[in-house]
Amino acid sequence: MTAASLIQAVTERFPEALKGSHTYRGDATVLVFREFLLDIARTLKEDPVFQMNYLMDLTAVDFSAFGRKPSPAFFASSGVAVRPSSEIPDEDPWPGPPTPHSTRSRFVVVYHFFSLRLKHRLRLEVAVEEGDAEVDSLSALWAGADWLEREVWDMFGIRFRGHPNLKRILMYEEFVGHPLRKDYAVNKRQPLIGPVN
Amino acid sequence: MTEAGFLTSRLDEAIGWARKYSIFQYPFVTACCGMEYMATACSHYDVDRFGAGLPRFSPRQADVLFVVGTISHKMAPVLKRIYDQMAEPKWVVSFGVCTCTGGFYDNYATVMGIDTIMPVDIYIPGCPPRPEYVLDGLLKLQAKIQAQHASGQRPAPELRPPEVEGHVSTERRLRPERGDGVERRKQ
Repeated sequence: MTAASLIQAVTERFPEALKGSHTYRGDATVLVFREFLLDIARTLKEDPVFQMNYLMDLTAVDFSAFGRKPSPAFFASSGVAVRPSSEIPDEDPWPGPPTPHSTRSRFVVVYHFFSLRLKHRLRLEVAVEEGDAEVDSLSALWAGADWLEREVWDMFGIRFRGHPNLKRILMYEEFVGHPLRKDYAVNKRQPLIGPVN
Repeated sequence: MTEAGFLTSRLDEAIGWARKYSIFQYPFVTACCGMEYMATACSHYDVDRFGAGLPRFSPRQADVLFVVGTISHKMAPVLKRIYDQMAEPKWVVSFGVCTCTGGFYDNYATVMGIDTIMPVDIYIPGCPPRPEYVLDGLLKLQAKIQAQHASGQRPAPELRPPEVEGHVSTERRLRPERGDGVERRKQ
């Protein structure tokens, strides 16, 4: 299925769940409300139209510093495409950041689904607020979500309701805080032994 | 020199000679420096020429700890325990710039040099160090072992080599806001 028809199929099944959607370079993205996550995920996995049996990735983004700092100067001259070159034909222009800054939630949990049989993929985004950072766990549907959700908990402090074993996976139990949050100082060290060097 | 003193110094020399040509290393390999370690150990550069060809994967049987690669704060207690389990006499080689100073990592996860948790005998910086550089470090370690007394008494501990200290102070000078005021422990 193409990106546009994927979005259309999701919209038909869950008309009130979609907060937004866009396609970019053949990749479809849907932003959904948190309450519908489990239903949509189950449909994506089991509906014969989607058959998304593979959860490729599950991660999160902290938008609290987004747009506040200009890109580092070295980035502009590094050859990294900050924005697509005008020489590349682009049927789907970059849609820009998902929402204006004032209404943006602090975190977005990002899911990448892929169908091994139908060879199509969909990105699902769920916005969560800082004070209520909790979404439903998908570990009952995809066993691979177990460790990915533990990683998101460890790095961002987003909880997953119904997760069987939600504890840190990369950092040690004594670690305080969540290091990929933008308000965690990048070099704040919490050594188990030795000085705070 | 008395006769006893002469005999002791000759004995020291003989034991030092035996020790430096029968290094049993414990490779504690955690990161990409391991590739250069393997290159050094294999036949092209052939660390066996210097009597250090047999790695032992038990700290009880090893006498030189090669710390090869970035050490994270989660790993640090494990490394310290390995070091504590080794029998005297023992030496530590810090292989690669990450183990020497933390390297380009300045973040929540990385130990800023293993000499903050254990004494280090030889620093081999480099990202990663070339095999020739490693062999040079090994020869320096052999010289150090030769100079050591058989009783286990060590020569006076060295400070960090000046080039490593210079690297750290340059970094601090460039980014004074990152200095946390904690003095690096001198051995």
